[in-house]
Amino acid sequence: MVKALILRSAGTNCNDETEYGFKLAGAQTEQVHVNELIAGTKKLADYDILALPGGFSYGDYIAAGTILANQLNMKLKAQIEQFAEEGKTIIGICNGFQVLVRTGLLPGNGKAMLTNNDSGKFECRWVKLRGTGKIKELYLPVAHGEGKFSADEETLEHLEENSQILFKYAGSRYPDNPNGSLRDVAGITNKKGNVIGIMPHPERNLTPQNYPGGKGEGLQVFKNIVEQHK
Amino acid sequence: MKSGRLYGAKESAMRVIESASFRDIETEEALKEYNAEAKKSSVYYIEGELSEKDEKEIAELFTGSDQTPITTPAASSVSAPLQRLREAEPGKEGRGKDNGCWIIETRYKDEVSDPAEDSIKKALRDMGKEVKSVRTAKRYYLKADADEQTIKKICRKELANETVEDYFYGYGKLKAPNPRLLEGKAAAKISEIEMVNADDETLQQISREGLLALSLDEMKAIQAYFRKQNRNPTDGELETLAQTWSEHCKHKTFNSKIEFDNNGSIELIGNLFKETIVAATSKINKEWVVSAFKDNAGIMSFDDKNNFAFKVETHNHPSALDPYGGASTGVGGVIRDILGAGLGAKPIFSTDVFGLAEADYDKEIPEGMLHPKRMFRGVVAGVRDYGNRMGIPTVNGAFVYHDNFLGAPLVFCGTGGIIPKGMEHKKAGAGELIVAVGGKTGRDGLHGATFSSKALDEASPASAVQIGNPIEEKKVLDALLAARDKKLYTCITDCGAGGFSSAIGEMAQRTGAEVELSSVLLKHGGIKPWEIWMSESQERMIISVPEQNLAELKGVCSSEDVTATVIGRFTDTKKLVVKFEGRMLIELDMDFLQNGLPKLRRKAKWKEKELVEPEIAEKGNYNEELKKILSHPTIASKEEVIRRYDHEVQGNTIGKPLSGVNDDGPSDAAAIRPEFGNKAIVVANGINPRYSAISSYWMAASAIDEALRNIVASGGSIQHTALLDNFCWGNVNEQEKLGSLVMAAKACHDFALLFGTPFISGKDSLHNEFKLGNQTVSIPDTLLISAASVINSNESVTMDLKEAGNSIYIIGETYDELGGSYFYDLFGETGSNVPKVRAEARQNMLKLTEAMRLGLVKSCHDCSEGGIAAAAAEMSFAANIGMEITLAALDKNYKALFSESNSRFLVEVKKEHEEEFEKITNGKRIGETVNEKKLIINIGSSDLINCPLDELKEAWQGTIKW
Repeated sequence: MVKALILRSAGTNCNDETEYGFKLAGAQTEQVHVNELIAGTKKLADYDILALPGGFSYGDYIAAGTILANQLNMKLKAQIEQFAEEGKTIIGICNGFQVLVRTGLLPGNGKAMLTNNDSGKFECRWVKLRGTGKIKELYLPVAHGEGKFSADEETLEHLEENSQILFKYAGSRYPDNPNGSLRDVAGITNKKGNVIGIMPHPERNLTPQNYPGGKGEGLQVFKNIVEQHK
Repeated sequence: MKSGRLYGAKESAMRVIESASFRDIETEEALKEYNAEAKKSSVYYIEGELSEKDEKEIAELFTGSDQTPITTPAASSVSAPLQRLREAEPGKEGRGKDNGCWIIETRYKDEVSDPAEDSIKKALRDMGKEVKSVRTAKRYYLKADADEQTIKKICRKELANETVEDYFYGYGKLKAPNPRLLEGKAAAKISEIEMVNADDETLQQISREGLLALSLDEMKAIQAYFRKQNRNPTDGELETLAQTWSEHCKHKTFNSKIEFDNNGSIELIGNLFKETIVAATSKINKEWVVSAFKDNAGIMSFDDKNNFAFKVETHNHPSALDPYGGASTGVGGVIRDILGAGLGAKPIFSTDVFGLAEADYDKEIPEGMLHPKRMFRGVVAGVRDYGNRMGIPTVNGAFVYHDNFLGAPLVFCGTGGIIPKGMEHKKAGAGELIVAVGGKTGRDGLHGATFSSKALDEASPASAVQIGNPIEEKKVLDALLAARDKKLYTCITDCGAGGFSSAIGEMAQRTGAEVELSSVLLKHGGIKPWEIWMSESQERMIISVPEQNLAELKGVCSSEDVTATVIGRFTDTKKLVVKFEGRMLIELDMDFLQNGLPKLRRKAKWKEKELVEPEIAEKGNYNEELKKILSHPTIASKEEVIRRYDHEVQGNTIGKPLSGVNDDGPSDAAAIRPEFGNKAIVVANGINPRYSAISSYWMAASAIDEALRNIVASGGSIQHTALLDNFCWGNVNEQEKLGSLVMAAKACHDFALLFGTPFISGKDSLHNEFKLGNQTVSIPDTLLISAASVINSNESVTMDLKEAGNSIYIIGETYDELGGSYFYDLFGETGSNVPKVRAEARQNMLKLTEAMRLGLVKSCHDCSEGGIAAAAAEMSFAANIGMEITLAALDKNYKALFSESNSRFLVEVKKEHEEEFEKITNGKRIGETVNEKKLIINIGSSDLINCPLDELKEAWQGTIKW
């Protein structure tokens, strides 16, 4: 059975619904606190999928995702890099995306980053997305204050060429693009395609009741990931 | 704070690091009227022994690059213009010695805890760097044609809150002292209060000077107790009694004996609370009420697995001093109430309601009072920062505006949670350990309980304000829910007003307790034993742990980075014993502490007001009046606020705060489906303080009706709905004020009974008044009714029209009831015909629910402020579908449009369902939905409203701006 680890730390708060997404998608799931990985009582190598859920890890002080990214790099770097090298999947949603960019597992290193929304405000709203991968369309909520994807032209070109831009907001103007992301980027992957970061929340649209007339289409994101490891 | 040690006698141990400056929309908005251009940066003061390599690595962590300067010693002076402001160079000659700019730094006062500190220290620890302290600050670079006077005003009115923050400014150069770490030991001083032989005047003086808020009778009861003990009380004992006996904790007014003069006839009330609200709940006697009025929250049955806990609290007084801190700790506090309900419930949503003066208030604001616009921004940001970080969706709320909230704003914070069945009961056993879980204890929030029982004046203590740390609370929540499921503790309660004193006093009521305060982890030194005992530092819970579970409990907590400290033991002595380093601070009989409060006996008076209806001339068209009503901030769109709150986290918000094709229509209620299950909670509120200008009785009745209308319109049934009451009143020492409170409580009884909806929890906040010049201004009598209903998760209904060609029905009679209405308000009138609630309301609601459950209702919206006209407009523009309806005439043509009669609904029904719908309900068909994007309302043959939807929507959306 495909095993998914949902990583928690102080301030993680989308862990239950992220776990539910993987569960509905057929994975065996477990929520693990980052302290357990550091203590060695749980081992990353025992899982196929590592999910970094949304939230405000360690309060997002300094900047969103910074403190957890620092912790992962200081304490678990080798394990995580090996996990990624083996072709296992790492997905970061919202705060998890911010963490992955800051760890360098997703294009970052000062070249790309998630910064303050153009509105200067935290925004919670549903947005339409267009996908370049298996999923072509999605309707999901965003809820963030630091979600504007910015990078230099060269990096953006590079991401486009390598098909690393997984999701774009369906429009370029506010509020279709809720944060002012360059080229409307909503989600990206690493070169290999197995490290994924996405600002909107697929785990908040798992069932038809999540919005009037809905289909729970966010579930497909989890299904596609689990499918790859079957 | 003389006992605090100045840190950094060795200046070199302090580093300061500053981020690149950035545009900040909130700052720009705040400084608009000063014509100032501003940039902001984040500043971190880091204290510890650090090598050059350390500095470089830390700079990289903070800025993502090692290029940012880290300054040693601390930048006690920063120079401008800086590179970061180059693009905003003033280019103005003749000001000072250079063409620089103003630099302002704001930061928490040294004695206030900085919520960022723990997380940042942790990050540095992960890098192998142990530091002594981290403090954060904000710096602003201001390009403004401003003199020092103006800059000072900007600091005080816009950027800093002097209650909790310091500010420093300079032109071209900033001189800010380093923050001082206030560390060290507690001051072991326990004082005796000389009162055994005191006369009445001295007793009153002791109460007044100690901010104890105890009356002479109460002081005399205390004196008598200690005379029997043959000794004087300690400071700790007197403080504990003052807190336990405070209005805030004992609800003295509601529990008092009242001689009530009701329009001349005298009635004796033995206990107001028990004879009205509690009586209604017991008469209604619903089997699904699990726990009412005895725990931190009310609990009702939910599904096979879980019960549902709900609590709404006020946090008015702290918010008046610091709206951000007050609202955020209000949210934090009510979340702890839910965590402390039964053996601990898991929060699933929050609801927040505010009473403020209008943001464009243009009269002079007295010294020490904040402008309502600042108040608005502060409370919204407080809820945003606490609620969002906790991962609890804020799904519901309201704003009510009234000039008399200027100096006494109302802040209601509510949270609902689920708790596994069987976990609703708790009991601390003798011999079990008293364990404090969560944050450290500091001097913050002293006297919160006694302070909130008094009117606000200039002498309001700054220490009554607390700063919240949501991440600490999230950790505590995660750890305690894990410990709950492992059954590691037997009892739990939160530390709220009164801190340990209140929490332990309550838990040990039937047993007794012995506490050693020197075990308590402190934030800073110099704090006295009684202050540790009474501190209202946030994010702390008390649990009762059997000794054999302690090791496992500590394991669970430490795995979540949470501290758990044993501070004492429950005993069987029926005594409260508190020591510091073995020395006695408190030794009180539990019975005296809990029951020794002399019962108040008061007089109250109620007389119907003699008011008249205004004469307002009729017009042929009311488009403009409708637009004005829609743009009143109480009614206007709250989208600007709703989007700041994460209302989708947990993935279970199935009924949203915004409805319609563009997700921007005003929903009546929210629906939350816990744990992805088949059942949901519908949550709504009702509040309308305007009506209390005419009658507090009908104000209260209307609040109940409105909360229930919102529930029913959204798919809930009054048959499974519980109510919460929150009374906010002025000075009830005045007989008329107490009289109006009695009438409102009577209405709660009468209408809970009418609808069969029991109260399960409530709170009161009295003495909400403030000084304006020489006048004492009282808030309008305000009752917030919160309602929660259990539904199947597919039964939720929304307010936006669904398609053209459907029929529109009205349920409920429209009466000549414009007293206190927004229509009369347009003319500066109040009127006298306040909306009433009539017996038929109950059947109307039940029948509507029946029709809904049969799938006959496409959309439904209740009629409230602004009457049918406003409700119809909202349904239409939320959907961008027109509506054409015809209303029956009343004696003036505007009355049918704008009457605010209660218990009414507009309902959209498909043509093929008309017959069935009419059979079940007594709805009247009044028109239909149309393709043309217009609202048309006729009375007789004339179009009183004939307005394009986009005009109406624009009016409704234009008002509330950040």
